[in-house]
Amino acid sequence: MDKSKEHILNQPLDAVISIRDLHKAFGDNKVINGFEFDLLRGENVVVLGKSGSGKSVLIKLIIGLMTPDKGVIDVLGNQVQKLNTTQLDEMRVKVGFLFQSNALYDSMTVRENLEFPLRRHWIKKNTSKDEVNNLVMEALTNVGLPHTVDMMPSELSGGMRKRIALARTLILKPEIILYDEPTTGLDPITGKEISHLMLDIQKKYNTSSIIISHDINCVKIVANRIVMLIDGKCYATGTYKELENSTDTRVKQFFE
Amino acid sequence: MIKNIFIEIGLIWRFAGRFFREVFNGRFEFNEFLRQCFYIGNKSLPLVAITAFIMGLVITMQSRPTLVEFGAQAWLPKMISVSLVREIAPVITALICAGKIGSGIGAELGSMKVTEQIDAMDVSGTNPYKFLVVTRVMATTLMIPLLAILADAVSLYGGYLGCNIHGVVSWDLFWNQVFDTLVFADLIPAIAKTFFFGYVIGIIGCYQGFNSSKGTEGVGQSANSAVVISSLLVFIIDLLAVQITDALHLN
Repeated sequence: MDKSKEHILNQPLDAVISIRDLHKAFGDNKVINGFEFDLLRGENVVVLGKSGSGKSVLIKLIIGLMTPDKGVIDVLGNQVQKLNTTQLDEMRVKVGFLFQSNALYDSMTVRENLEFPLRRHWIKKNTSKDEVNNLVMEALTNVGLPHTVDMMPSELSGGMRKRIALARTLILKPEIILYDEPTTGLDPITGKEISHLMLDIQKKYNTSSIIISHDINCVKIVANRIVMLIDGKCYATGTYKELENSTDTRVKQFFE
Repeated sequence: MIKNIFIEIGLIWRFAGRFFREVFNGRFEFNEFLRQCFYIGNKSLPLVAITAFIMGLVITMQSRPTLVEFGAQAWLPKMISVSLVREIAPVITALICAGKIGSGIGAELGSMKVTEQIDAMDVSGTNPYKFLVVTRVMATTLMIPLLAILADAVSLYGGYLGCNIHGVVSWDLFWNQVFDTLVFADLIPAIAKTFFFGYVIGIIGCYQGFNSSKGTEGVGQSANSAVVISSLLVFIIDLLAVQITDALHLN
């Protein structure tokens, strides 16, 4: 039996991501220290925490960009640490990642940026240029920017770059999307637009998402559930209203 | 300090060795390789040509008085052709490329690293080492020898003009003397070492870029280290090359 397919303890049936007893330290700094969590199909979960609390590290561990010191991460029935390179690539087709800095390739046009994940996963020898073009245009239309297809990333505003990065994430039609601070560095209006766009994507494609954020306005719009990452652990979990009304001072300070 | 230097050497060695595993593993990024050949080869061509021309001219003019003193100015084309082809043109080409290409690769990959573009490549299922490092190292390894051959030709032309500033040497006589003097044992080791120059310039630039950190400051440091280390390695390879050619009685 494939060891990456082994079931993990107390995993809900509709969980797309399950994490058990996760640990990650950088030297003496234990950023993730026994974190446990389940992401259910079709839900948006916001991971809330202070800067440097290990939120970005958490999603990089999930996607396999970092290796945990201890613990189990199960993504769509695959234990990430046990996957080989090919299996990891196959898993990554189903998991989109929106980087905090957008990570658009500066030397490529918007079209080339969007074609980049396609050429590895989708473009086969018999795929016509028209089919590829349709996929690119569909992704750009979803984020409202079809006219930018031949522009360079340097010609775009911050909000437009975020949308293009989102289009690149969407082009493989992932089941799960990991958003790393999607509204950081944007003005409140653009931030709100991006938050609504994330909600539209969830409805349209029935995606499950983990959203790393400390932008309370974004959290309010997109979160079905919030997980508080404090001291490397899942300190509290609940809906926005439940946590807003919490009497715990460490939770409450995020909502003041 | 010394421990850190050895650790760094070990990491560079491992990074360089990975090239030979990745180059034959999976599909080759041919379009990216061609794009890099264009940037590395074509865009460095004017700078290499101008520098080689100046070096050829200057070396000829500076060698002339000494030869005149011994009444041996007729040997000028013979002498400069050996020194230009065997040593000056390849090393100058490598140093120019270490400055221009090495720093460019270090800064480009460094900024890709700090803006998470390399991680984005990984997440989208493309092996960043294969896409970014293999293509660039292949391009530097193949383009720098071509640039060195061009530098040989241009520097010899500079030498021809240098011979004619204070004297008269016909075009035919100059080139007859050059080709009478040069043998394959001059040309082949000189070109062979430029493949190694190209490889280290590419690898060091990529290594520094791939391991860049600390934001924009780190990108600057990567570019700087790429130039310093690759220039030093060019001289070390040159030193080894002369020992090898000497041992093979090719000097």
